[in-house]
Amino acid sequence: MNAAVIANETQNFKNILRFIINELKPKEKILTPFNIISAPIILLGAILIILRLVKGLGATTNLSQEYPWGIWIGFDVMVGVAFAGGAYVLTFVVYILRSEKYHPIIRATILNGFLAYVFYAGAIFLDLGRWWNITNPILGNKFGVNSVLFLVAWHFLLYMIAAFIEFSPVIAEWLGLEKIKKILNSLVLGAVIFGITLSTLHQSGLGALFMMAKGKIHPLWYTEFIPVLFFVSSIFAGLSMVIFEGSISHRVFHDKMDYEHRSSHHGIMIGLGKGCALVMFVYLFLKVLILIHGKHWTLLNSPMGNWYLIEIIGMVAIPCLLFLQGARQGKLILIQIAAIISLVGIIINRLNYSVIAYKWYLPFSERYIPSWMEIVITLSIVFAEIWVFRWIVSRMPVLSKSHE
Amino acid sequence: MDSTNQTKRRDFLKWLGVGIAGVTSGGLLSPKKLEAKEIAEGKEFMGVLVDTTLCIGCRNCELACATAHGLPVPDISDNSVFAKIRNTSDTQWTVVNRYTTEQGEIFVKKQCMHCNQPACVSACLVKAMEKKQDGPIVWNPNCMGCRICMVSCPFDIPKFEYHSAAPKIQKCNLCWERLQKGEVPACVESCPVEALVFGTRRELIAEANRRIYTRPGQYVQHIYGEHEVGGSSYLYLSKVPFDQIGFRTDLETGAYPKLSAPFLYSVPVILLLWPAFLVGVNTLTKRKEKINQKEVKTYRSFLDSKCTPEVEEFNHATGYAGEIIMTGGK
Repeated sequence: MNAAVIANETQNFKNILRFIINELKPKEKILTPFNIISAPIILLGAILIILRLVKGLGATTNLSQEYPWGIWIGFDVMVGVAFAGGAYVLTFVVYILRSEKYHPIIRATILNGFLAYVFYAGAIFLDLGRWWNITNPILGNKFGVNSVLFLVAWHFLLYMIAAFIEFSPVIAEWLGLEKIKKILNSLVLGAVIFGITLSTLHQSGLGALFMMAKGKIHPLWYTEFIPVLFFVSSIFAGLSMVIFEGSISHRVFHDKMDYEHRSSHHGIMIGLGKGCALVMFVYLFLKVLILIHGKHWTLLNSPMGNWYLIEIIGMVAIPCLLFLQGARQGKLILIQIAAIISLVGIIINRLNYSVIAYKWYLPFSERYIPSWMEIVITLSIVFAEIWVFRWIVSRMPVLSKSHE
Repeated sequence: MDSTNQTKRRDFLKWLGVGIAGVTSGGLLSPKKLEAKEIAEGKEFMGVLVDTTLCIGCRNCELACATAHGLPVPDISDNSVFAKIRNTSDTQWTVVNRYTTEQGEIFVKKQCMHCNQPACVSACLVKAMEKKQDGPIVWNPNCMGCRICMVSCPFDIPKFEYHSAAPKIQKCNLCWERLQKGEVPACVESCPVEALVFGTRRELIAEANRRIYTRPGQYVQHIYGEHEVGGSSYLYLSKVPFDQIGFRTDLETGAYPKLSAPFLYSVPVILLLWPAFLVGVNTLTKRKEKINQKEVKTYRSFLDSKCTPEVEEFNHATGYAGEIIMTGGK
């Protein structure tokens, strides 16, 4: 009796293993334009990563004593995490507010968020000069509990776990483990609540990292409200990313979507656009309040001031209006254009804090401009993430509704 | 050996406890770290008073510093280095710069200020930057190399070895290894004109004030480092305003760690209130969903009562897909 059960279990296990090995094989056409461009870049990136680990940061980056943080922090981590904000916003809408409307895209969004943390927050590893000490904030015996970065480090780790739990029922479904899926499903709500709380804190925490850079960041950007601005902007950054990614997925993975997902696409995108417009309005309002409160308007008539206006008007106010117009007229193309502009705006905003408005007073020769190697490694991280995303979407029930 | 192991284990457990408490409460259970304190556990902060009116720019301090810490030894007879303003670097913990002012040439030594409440220490997530009870800020090798100390330092002092595969943060440590042996910092010892004075911070401020009062024409009425960023162990006297000799005079008098305090204080609040709020909203939406389902049920039984048995059967089979059309005719 017992032996039979065990034999049965091992058979099951063997089946699952065989299934996974089978799934690991490539399924799609290999020679697509995207692959032809991305594969060599990933390969070159991998070589450069080895060079960086062997020779140090100086050999691969243009970082200096004046600019300790470059695009690996300013873009990979700061922007990557903001773009991943869609996961916590949508889990709030779907699991907490129980809006059925957005259910079809929740799995893809969580997956995207999770992978963004693994790859972009993972880019910290490359940027750490003493990367072998990366476990020190977690397992060490000296905890800097007064440090904002300590909080952010812990929250990254915990959030990755929470996002993985949120996604885990999909994996169980893929493997056909119904019992385990039920158990995992029961954990999802807890993970969602925990995940939203962690996201609130570390999205704003990334901004709080700059609090002690007072005097180094241009006064138009430096304010005591940086954490609030980072949090609010992560909402529309995340939603814009969901629109962007959703629009591409809708084209590329059209055959992987079920009827419900395809037919609801338009309504979902319009709804997200509305959400973006609202949050961007709040963000703009905050920005204006801070500008008036800080009495910095005289600075607007300077090169940095113009740059600030380009960011605020061109990259926030205009897409905000486009979102509004698109949602009113039901025009998807306006929503998509607005999403792309806001994503560019977030990239510029985060780079302003870490690179562009950081030590704006230095002469051009001492300013930081990323090296080609930094850019290639960044690109290869982005491409690697897309590869993994595509691999999972092609195999797991991410874009089609679960069979409950 | 055994006892040290035990202490280590106890320390580990203690820190693990602190870590968990720190994480769950969001990192700030000990606000006393943010209070001004110059005397820790009975020890006073030590410091150095730099009287720039006395400095002759001989750079003996640079030489002594390099020798004491095993750094590349500079050629101090070479005066061409004064042509441009130099910064400290990963191989030079201290440098002397020459400024041409209305009062003639002035030499100014630059190094870590050793703040009373250092930004670098409070920014560090693994306590690799450490403020010793005697005042020095020293670097420890458990550092991750994240360089947030460099971003946070108001004086841009921590320097990173970019060209090393095992990089360290390099900066003046106020000769902590010599202080422990009861010696004075190497630079102070090497100064031929006593432009550098070593002592407790309290004594040095008294001495600086005495110099300003007794020779009022020779100094501006300001001790740089007394109040800047909450006070520092290095203190400076000058005969010209400090912005003319390379000092940042736009720094605030408050301690830098206070800048991130509002965020840290809000963390435990959000960490406790957010989940409670989310659970609350979730419960309310669940009730709403139930009420909706109940309404649908009543509506459907109402439909059933109005329909012919065939339509009712059809409705049941299709999950009431066509309920409106089917009842419309009746």
